[in-house]
Amino acid sequence: MPDPTRPLLHASGISKFFPGAVALDEVELTLLPGEVHALLGENGAGKSTLIKCLTGAYRRDGGTITLDGAEIDPVSTNESQALGIGTVYQEVNLLPNLTVAENLFLGRQITRGGLLRRRAMIRAAREVLLDYGLDIDPAEPLTSYSVAVQQVVAIARAVEMSGKVLILDEPTASLDREEVQLVFSVIRKLRERGLAVVFITHFLDQVFEISDRATVLRNGRVVGERDLSQVTPNDIVTLMLGRQLEERVHERKGGRAGEVLVEVEALGKRGMIEPFDLTIHQGEVVGLAGLLGSGRTETANLLFGAVQGDQGRLRKRGREIRITRPRDAITQRFALCPEDRKTDGIVGDLSVRDNIILALQARQGWTRPLPRAKVNEIAEHYVRALDIRLASLDMPIRLLSGGNQQKALLARWLATQPELLILDEPTRGIDVGAHAEIIALIERLREEGMALLVASSELEELVAYSTRVVVLRDRRQVGELTGDQITPSNIVAAIAAEEPKEATA
Amino acid sequence: MIRSTHLPLLVTLLTFVLAYALCAAQYPAMLSTRVVANLLTDNAFLGIVAVGMTFVILSGGIDLSVGSVIAFTGVFLAVVLRDTSIHPLTAFVLVLALTTAFGAAMGAVIHYLEMPPFIVTLAGMFFARGAAYVLSTDSVPIEHEFYDFLQSLYYKAPGGGRFRLIGAVMLLAFVAGGLVLHRTRLGQNVYALGGGVATARLMGVPLARTTVSIYAISGGLAGLAGIVFSLYTSAGYSLATVGVELDAIAAVVIGGTLLSGGYGFVAGTFFGILIMGLIQTYIVFDGTLSSWWTKIVIGALLFAFILLQKGLTWATTSRKRVRTGSATPS
Amino acid sequence: MSATTSSVFKRILPQLIILAVVLALNVIVFPGFLNIEVHNGRIFGNLIDVLNRGAPVALLCIGMTLVIATRGIDLSVGAVMAIAGATAASLVSDGHHWTTSLLGALLVGSLCGLWNGFLVAVLRIQPIVATLVLMVAGRGIAQLITEGTILTFIDPGLIRLGAGTIIGIPTPILIWIALGAGAILAVRRTALGMLIEAIGINEASSRLAGINSRVLLICVYAMTGLCAALAGVIVAADIKGADANNAGLWLELDAILAVVIGGNSLLGGRFSILASLLGALIIQSVNSLILLSGMPPEFNLIIKSVLILCILVIQSPKVGHLIYMLRASSLHVPPPETPSRRVLTPKEDAQ
Repeated sequence: MPDPTRPLLHASGISKFFPGAVALDEVELTLLPGEVHALLGENGAGKSTLIKCLTGAYRRDGGTITLDGAEIDPVSTNESQALGIGTVYQEVNLLPNLTVAENLFLGRQITRGGLLRRRAMIRAAREVLLDYGLDIDPAEPLTSYSVAVQQVVAIARAVEMSGKVLILDEPTASLDREEVQLVFSVIRKLRERGLAVVFITHFLDQVFEISDRATVLRNGRVVGERDLSQVTPNDIVTLMLGRQLEERVHERKGGRAGEVLVEVEALGKRGMIEPFDLTIHQGEVVGLAGLLGSGRTETANLLFGAVQGDQGRLRKRGREIRITRPRDAITQRFALCPEDRKTDGIVGDLSVRDNIILALQARQGWTRPLPRAKVNEIAEHYVRALDIRLASLDMPIRLLSGGNQQKALLARWLATQPELLILDEPTRGIDVGAHAEIIALIERLREEGMALLVASSELEELVAYSTRVVVLRDRRQVGELTGDQITPSNIVAAIAAEEPKEATA
Repeated sequence: MIRSTHLPLLVTLLTFVLAYALCAAQYPAMLSTRVVANLLTDNAFLGIVAVGMTFVILSGGIDLSVGSVIAFTGVFLAVVLRDTSIHPLTAFVLVLALTTAFGAAMGAVIHYLEMPPFIVTLAGMFFARGAAYVLSTDSVPIEHEFYDFLQSLYYKAPGGGRFRLIGAVMLLAFVAGGLVLHRTRLGQNVYALGGGVATARLMGVPLARTTVSIYAISGGLAGLAGIVFSLYTSAGYSLATVGVELDAIAAVVIGGTLLSGGYGFVAGTFFGILIMGLIQTYIVFDGTLSSWWTKIVIGALLFAFILLQKGLTWATTSRKRVRTGSATPS
Repeated sequence: MSATTSSVFKRILPQLIILAVVLALNVIVFPGFLNIEVHNGRIFGNLIDVLNRGAPVALLCIGMTLVIATRGIDLSVGAVMAIAGATAASLVSDGHHWTTSLLGALLVGSLCGLWNGFLVAVLRIQPIVATLVLMVAGRGIAQLITEGTILTFIDPGLIRLGAGTIIGIPTPILIWIALGAGAILAVRRTALGMLIEAIGINEASSRLAGINSRVLLICVYAMTGLCAALAGVIVAADIKGADANNAGLWLELDAILAVVIGGNSLLGGRFSILASLLGALIIQSVNSLILLSGMPPEFNLIIKSVLILCILVIQSPKVGHLIYMLRASSLHVPPPETPSRRVLTPKEDAQ
């Protein structure tokens, strides 16, 4: 076993600039042999950019990487793989149409005279996988095994091809508890073998269960490197979410919640979110808090019919309603600004004008086009009201900045005059100015009596506008804060709260 | 146990056996070696081109140019043999080099310009057909003693069936195709491409080389099919083999290969060809049925296999079998 | 909706230029090209021929433009033409009135389109695969209707659709112009065009915005079937018979080509029917040019394929991006964002 104090991989001063943004700012990462090192941070903190710089998928703009004492400069993932850095991603990056053995050996097959030796490979694959605690038939197609097994096969492939550093990018995101244990058992074995494992996840309990140390990133900078035996989950969450958590109590402005608008009863979908109850009043902002993967987005999607639940009931103003697809929700005057603006929100090549009236027009039906004058009136109204900055209403929306795209999407839904507005990460990836404007807008809409449900990873923000905060963890609701209880530290405490029994260490 | 990837192949095989049994029950003469021999001879060129099409479709692509390439090859051979004194074997080598290069060029355009294979090979289809027209618009007969010699090669089986050379060439093409596809790195890369280009790239599959090779193989095999077709008809005609690409695609799909790539076997294509040939033979035997039923039945088979594939995909994605094996957490 | 006259003109300018160039070449090789004469109350001339002969592809490309705008493709239109021609011929020879035959053919064409739409929108089969079924089986069905013969007819009403004139102008020209104008009005005067573009650009977003993409897709394929049926009837009427084997043979490819020459992306999204119609006229003018220049007609296909390749290379997003980069670097504008719509490789497309 190599010297456990000499770094296996040391990256220092890593910087990466994107047009108009600094993605990584002098980031330092040290990996010791035989350790599991967690890389933490909320979305956009720079975790994946850092990984891509290490593996050569991106060219870094500054900094040095040393592996085993020698400086390296990989220009492609293939090169970094050959040097000894293997990567496994959240979605299993293996080919579903090949067998386990074929996946394991793709690109480095055992051949004789140019012909593959299938039997030999199957035998070798079986032996390799036994080392990883899998006793499976490698001649079977990959997809006949569970995602966890596939993930272990991916790990085996990465380690067999590289063998020094293993980067695991959210490998457990789509696994259940037992499957996670399978992957963890493999990680522990690799640790014993002296590999350095980088573990990226949003599940804090998993971080503490498997990792030795953690590096926390925020806004492209390292905000701390911690020995995990010395700190509490609370410390880590505080680091990740940033800002000194002020115990400032927000004065709750007037306009107490009005009458009940929507009642959700035991709505849920297996494998996605546990059944939950939720009541939303007019004139209130219900915040959804939780780490990534805790069920925030799933709650929003289920309510809007973007995903169909497998149980539960919905009432609006006391009347039973059925929502099985977005059209139903829109008929009920619900609206959803989705989390992923690019893939689920904007229609990139259409003009800003068309994007703004899209939902309204879809509800009216194609035979009743909005008159052009009316379209312009609506579009111009919202461009003014939300201060959307653009050269012309005719320009494709994809050319707008993130903040302006988000405002245009808000305009799309406000134009339908919704009664319940669901916002999923409304301020993600937008600049500071637009950020403040959107928060102010949420306040204004609430005062006007609209009901809002807002999912966000930004605690300060949730505290600023929520009249009530529902906290989620592990795909279920674990708490609710109201009134003066709504403070960042209370939310963090609710998110990080140790579960008394099931915790496995 | 039967693996889900083998199921379509099995269905194809069963379809063939069942169809043949039904045909034979009605017309016992269909069991004769003569029918079997003709099945191989008549479908030889289609079979060869379908081997290439299997490569292309497995990789997630499509090649619409093959019918035109066959016609071009035939006309090229006929014109060259008529106007020059080049030996047919030399002409064969020449035309194979031409068609392989043509396929490789299409593959390069597809890969480097990131253009859809459908459109690129559509242009290729017009181009090859046009090149055939330019060489000659008339049907040019091929008269060469070497051709007579090749055509005279056959094995006469008991029962009167004549197994000709071109049938053997087709069988050889299937064997060679299967060997490359299932037993070489190139073959694995073809499957990898069909399984997902982005993943294949991450796993280090050489995309450019593989794409170019695939279309070169398809072009080369279309050239070989053209040679076989010229032996079959003793002529080169620029209007010949119109729509063969469709027949080849149909044979591949009926053979159990997923049209969007990744799943399938060369052996399936072979039985796909035999099923299509069988339908035609049955119609000939029946005598009262009209030829158009071939197209309708093939269309219906195509639909059935597309549905089967779709159903299988649904089944595998909706409920993934959880077979963790005996995982031993340490 | 957002189409003002000047923006429409800007959109079709490249097609107008190409058409003008090809027509000018026609005039050069055949000075009498633009002459139009009137004989026996019917106008004659090469230009009229281009408009007349281009009718089937022009009709097909109206529907094809819509299908391609939704990110789909319809390979079966040629076969549907044969089916519709056979239906019309068979009905009229059974003694039905020609209007009944026409309606029957249009109905059958729409049903074919509905079938395609069902496979694509409901069963979620890739369009290229879904429409292949009817492409393969369609001609067989047409032959089934004509019972394998070329079914001729003498009904003057039906024949007039293909070979007759109305106020001196050949009927096919009037039909495609009318249908084209009707379709343009239908998609641009209502919200249809925008909704079709939206599902072609981003179906997920469109669905979340409340667009009923399934119904819309089915309608688009039905419309394409209808256009193909009309084209089939015209072709049959022109030769006074339904030829199940050759009617509309490979015209699906010409129609796709016309749409592509019209500057519409095969990846769906923004579309212009007018530009596609110009594309159809460009193809027909090229055919006419080859014919008039005395060049052997066998060069027709080679020239056509080279033309397609050139147009496609220019349109290829990769080349487009390259040109953009070059321009950007010479103008010192900030680096372009990575193109939001990348070319899907077949597999990714399939998923």
